[in-house]
Amino acid sequence: MEFGNSGVLSEGADSRTTTGAYIANRVTDKLTKVSETIWCCRSGSAADTQAVADIVQYQLGLYEMVNARPPTTQTAAAIFQEIAYSNKDRLTAGLIIAGWDARHGGQVYNIPLGGSLHKQSYAIGGSGSTYIYGFCDANWKEGMEEAEAVAFVKEALKEAIKWDGSSGGVIRMVVLTEKGADRHLYLPDTDYKVRHQ
Amino acid sequence: MTSIGTGYDLANSIFSPDGRNFQVEYAVKAVENGSTSIGIRCKDGIVLAAEKVITSKLLKQGANKRIATVDRHLGIVYSGMIPDGRHFVDRARDEARGWRDNYKTPISTKDLAGRMGGYMQAYTLYQSVRPFGITAIIGGYDSELETPVDGEVGSGPSVGAGGKVEGKKHGGPFLYMVEPSGLYWGYYGAATGKGRQAAKAELEKLDLSGDGESTGLTLEEAVKEAARIIYVAHDDNKDKEFELEMTWISGADGPTKGRHQEVPEALRKEAEKYAERMTAKDVEEEEETKEGGDKMEE
Repeated sequence: MEFGNSGVLSEGADSRTTTGAYIANRVTDKLTKVSETIWCCRSGSAADTQAVADIVQYQLGLYEMVNARPPTTQTAAAIFQEIAYSNKDRLTAGLIIAGWDARHGGQVYNIPLGGSLHKQSYAIGGSGSTYIYGFCDANWKEGMEEAEAVAFVKEALKEAIKWDGSSGGVIRMVVLTEKGADRHLYLPDTDYKVRHQ
Repeated sequence: MTSIGTGYDLANSIFSPDGRNFQVEYAVKAVENGSTSIGIRCKDGIVLAAEKVITSKLLKQGANKRIATVDRHLGIVYSGMIPDGRHFVDRARDEARGWRDNYKTPISTKDLAGRMGGYMQAYTLYQSVRPFGITAIIGGYDSELETPVDGEVGSGPSVGAGGKVEGKKHGGPFLYMVEPSGLYWGYYGAATGKGRQAAKAELEKLDLSGDGESTGLTLEEAVKEAARIIYVAHDDNKDKEFELEMTWISGADGPTKGRHQEVPEALRKEAEKYAERMTAKDVEEEEETKEGGDKMEE
């Protein structure tokens, strides 16, 4: 899930990757960097979403070199969407794009299964998200501070992990600001209370 | 061999021993004989103007436009070989379209100028082609507003996406000129074609470099000055009749709402009246000084 507000944008995810009932990876990093302060949250097929993120990362890297300026979140969202939509019959990819840029500040775009593009205040996705619609609706506030935002994302993910069998493991987050990307890690051993790394 | 010169001017992609590409220089000559075009970048927009020499009484008035729209916010005017200019504009439209397809957002003036400079330059490299016989002036207004991704649905928080860098401005009016060599620069005012010298001299007198809101020419003033400069530039070519073609681009809060449009007829006529008045005054002053000069002699 991701969430944007004044100045900070925080994006978080659990770490479970499954093949059927088997947990193939319990410490997966589903938050993928496509440019310095534009990150995406991958859900659906790991292979598909990794491939798409790789393409977009290449495209944005090229964009930055050719045009001598960092891409905006819009640029990233546009490229993600084109790939998601034109390959909709072949892909199982739910993507949330969160980015910070000097022109627009923090922004969140959601690209669900069919490849449509939605600009949102916050977005939740993946199997665990169905359990936290109520939580997010009740607790999300406009213009939260960084600490509040981090707490909101963490609490939401804790609920998702608690109720969803396909979610679990550690909580990973990234906070995107003018200063860049700040990674957080919370472990279940300490009930996700202590920030590691 | 003497009848065909040194032989270094017969094809592109061959340098002369002193490092010149004659084909490009000949292309520049073609531009220098073309009718005058100018572009003005002022604080709140762009004005493009072209002197259209009337080659036949049988041509319909106001038809055969010389200034082209490339994208909503972009215009191009060119001097030199008109068919070359038309092809150049077609390519510019393809570039603008291609950018929109890729990035779902309008191409910036700078990026278009870069692409078109590259395109022109490619025509100086190969045996199979000749350089463009035009110099093109590219004007555009890059939106200062937040630009959505084409086709996106929904909006962010109602307080707006936060965390912007305070006081930083985005977009604005931009003007570039691309020459047959592929060389391009950004300008406050640009002129090309037969009357370029006179036009440049006039452009230099205008207050165009002021980036502040309070100083510098307004868009409406720039329209009038553009008309006057085309009239001044035409002065040496008086025997031929001409039509004035003018387009402008303002920001989202201006008269064209960020679009490249023809200057409305009423304003153009007003500008032409002003131009006629100013050029007539210049002639009078000239004659006066001449007379004065005569009197001084004994």
